[in-house]
Amino acid sequence: MKVLVPVKRVIDYNVKARVKPDQSGVDLANVKMSMNPFDEISVEEAVRLKEAGTATEVVVVSIGPQQCQETLRTALAMGADRGILIKTDDKVEPLAVAKLLKAVVAEESPELVILGKQAIDDDSNQTGQMLAALLDWPQGTFANEVKVDGGKANVTREIDGGLQTVALDLPAIVTTDLRLNEPRYASLPNIMKAKKKPIDMKEIGDYGVDVAPRLTTVKVTEPPVREAGEIVEDVPTLVSKLKAKGAL
Amino acid sequence: MAYDQETRDALIEMVRRFVDEQCKPIEGQVAEEDAVPKDVVDGMKELGLFGISIPEEFGGLGLNMEEEVLVALELGQTSPAFRSVAGTNIGIGSQGLVMWGNDEQKAQWLPKIASGEIITSFCLTEPEAGSDAGSVKTRAERDGDHYILNGTKRYITNANKADLLTVMARTDQNTPGGKGLSSFLVETTTPGVTIGKPEKKMGQQGAHVCDVIFDNARVPVANRLGGEGDGFKVAMSVLDRGRLHISAVCTGVAERLISEMTNYAVERKQFGEPIANHQLVQAMMADSYAEAYAARCMVLDAAQKRDRGENVTLLAASCKMFASEMVGRVADRAVQVFGGAGYIADYGIERFYRDVRIFRLYEGTTQIQQIVIGRGLAKLAKDGQI
Repeated sequence: MKVLVPVKRVIDYNVKARVKPDQSGVDLANVKMSMNPFDEISVEEAVRLKEAGTATEVVVVSIGPQQCQETLRTALAMGADRGILIKTDDKVEPLAVAKLLKAVVAEESPELVILGKQAIDDDSNQTGQMLAALLDWPQGTFANEVKVDGGKANVTREIDGGLQTVALDLPAIVTTDLRLNEPRYASLPNIMKAKKKPIDMKEIGDYGVDVAPRLTTVKVTEPPVREAGEIVEDVPTLVSKLKAKGAL
Repeated sequence: MAYDQETRDALIEMVRRFVDEQCKPIEGQVAEEDAVPKDVVDGMKELGLFGISIPEEFGGLGLNMEEEVLVALELGQTSPAFRSVAGTNIGIGSQGLVMWGNDEQKAQWLPKIASGEIITSFCLTEPEAGSDAGSVKTRAERDGDHYILNGTKRYITNANKADLLTVMARTDQNTPGGKGLSSFLVETTTPGVTIGKPEKKMGQQGAHVCDVIFDNARVPVANRLGGEGDGFKVAMSVLDRGRLHISAVCTGVAERLISEMTNYAVERKQFGEPIANHQLVQAMMADSYAEAYAARCMVLDAAQKRDRGENVTLLAASCKMFASEMVGRVADRAVQVFGGAGYIADYGIERFYRDVRIFRLYEGTTQIQQIVIGRGLAKLAKDGQI
C-alpha cells in the first residue's frame, strides 16, 4: 500500500507572528519556517504504517517555493521514501491545493492520503475535505487513531463530546488531529541519509489545473491587546462591575 | 567530512529543537534529582548525538571540527549536565581510540560508542597528577599477554556509567614524565577495577565524577592504544580537540545567559522603567554580548583551521582560555542583572553560575592554557616564525 502525505511549509509554531505594516498579511521576511505540526503527525503516522509492514511506500508532496524542499527533506529524514515538490511562488488556496493533489493522486495511485487537519498559518481546515470530494473518496477527519486492515481503514475521530469511529473503504482520505501520535525527532544519521532520497521537481503547469485564487484578502490585523484585569473587594462589587460593563 | 549547507542546517536545527523541547524544560529537575532521566538519555542516543565525532564507517556521523563546534554551541544552550551525558563519548572517551586505535580496536568498540550502547571515560587525572599530566603514578607492568594495572584515578567524568575507559598508566617505571606513559582501553568489568562513589560537586548536578581504582587489573596487550611510551601523546592529542569542543559549549552557555538576562531586563521595572533602559545594566548586557560574539568567532575560526589541517594548539588553548573565562564573567553579570532573583534557585541563574565554574578548571586550567600559549609563542619566536 502506498501512502501519500502532503506537507506544508509554514511559519514556525514558536515564532510570534507579526503583521506587515500595510496589513496585507503576515510578515514572513527572515522568519523561521518549518513543517506544519499537523503534517508532522501525518508523516509520523505514515512512517509507522510502513514500519508495521502495512504501507510499502511513503511519498511526501509539498506545494510552494523552492525552500519547501527543506520541508520535504525533514519528512524524508523522518522516514518517508521520496518527495515531490510542486514549485510555485504564488499563493495557493486550499481548493487549488486539493486540485493539484487530485492530479498527484492520479499519477501516484496511493491507497491512503494522510493530511494534517489544518495548517497553522491560515487554519483553513479545508484541503482534506475538498480532496475527498474531488476524488469522491471516503474521508475520516480529525483522526486520533488509524487502523488499516484488509482494505479498510478504521478511523477514530475527535468530535464534540467524544469519539466516533468510522470504517472507510480504501482508497481513502484521513486528516490528523493532535493526539494521533507524537512525531519523532529525525535522527542526525537519518538527516544525512535523507539527502540521498529523491525529490521530483514539478511545476504547477505540469498538472493543467486552474489554481487562480478565489479569495481576496481585505485586511490582516493583530489581535487586540488584552486589557489588564482588576481585583475587586467582594462579590457584590464584582456583580455591579459586570452589570456596568453589560456582561450581566 | 564536510556536509552541504542544507544538511548542516537541518542537523543543527534538530539538535536545537531537541534541546529546546527535551532539555530546557527539565533543567531544574535534573539538578534536583542529580540525574538526567533515562528517556532523555535514550532520546539523545536515538538522535545520534553520541556518535557525532565517530567516523561514518563505524556508525557515527564523522562531523568535522567546525560541525562539531556548531553542535556543541547548541548543546551549550542548556544545563551542561545534558552535554556531559554524551560528552565523553563525543570527546575524551572516544578520541584516543579514533586517533590512535588499530583497525581491530576501532571495529570492536567504535560502533557501540557511536550508538551510545557503551559509555566511555578518560582516566588521566590522579590524586597527585592533574595539570602536571606527566607525573602519572598508575603503573602498568607487563605480564605475558597482559599488563597489570595498579593505581587510582580521580574526578573521572561518567565513570559510574562507563563501560570502557581510556587509561594513562606508566609502563616504564624508570622513565619519569610523559615519556614513560602508555594508554590502555580497559573494560570496567575487568576484575580489579572499582568505581568510587560520585563526588558531591559545586555544580553540574546530573553529571558525575568518581574515583577509578585499579587493583591488579589484568588488561590484554591488544588493548594498548599506540605503542609503549605513546601515552602522553595520546592524552595531549585528545585534549587538543576537546578544548575546541569545550570552548563552544562555554560560548553556548554564555549566549543562553545573555538571552536570559536581556529578556529579564526588558521586563523587570525599577525607578519606573525596565532596567534594560538603565545604562549601567546596558553595559553588562553589551559587554557580555560582545565577549560571547568574540568567543564564537574564535572557536569557529580555530575549528575551520583545524579542518584545513593546520596546527591549532595555540588557537585551541586561546579559545579554551578566553571562552571559559568569558562565560564566568557573563554568568556573574547574569546574576547581577537578575539582582536578588539571580541568587534564588527558582530562576536557575545561580545554577548556571555554579555550573560554569568547572570550565576554567577541566581539560586544562586557564593557567595551563596560558603556559601552552606562552611556551608556544616563545618557540615560534625562536624558530623565526613570529
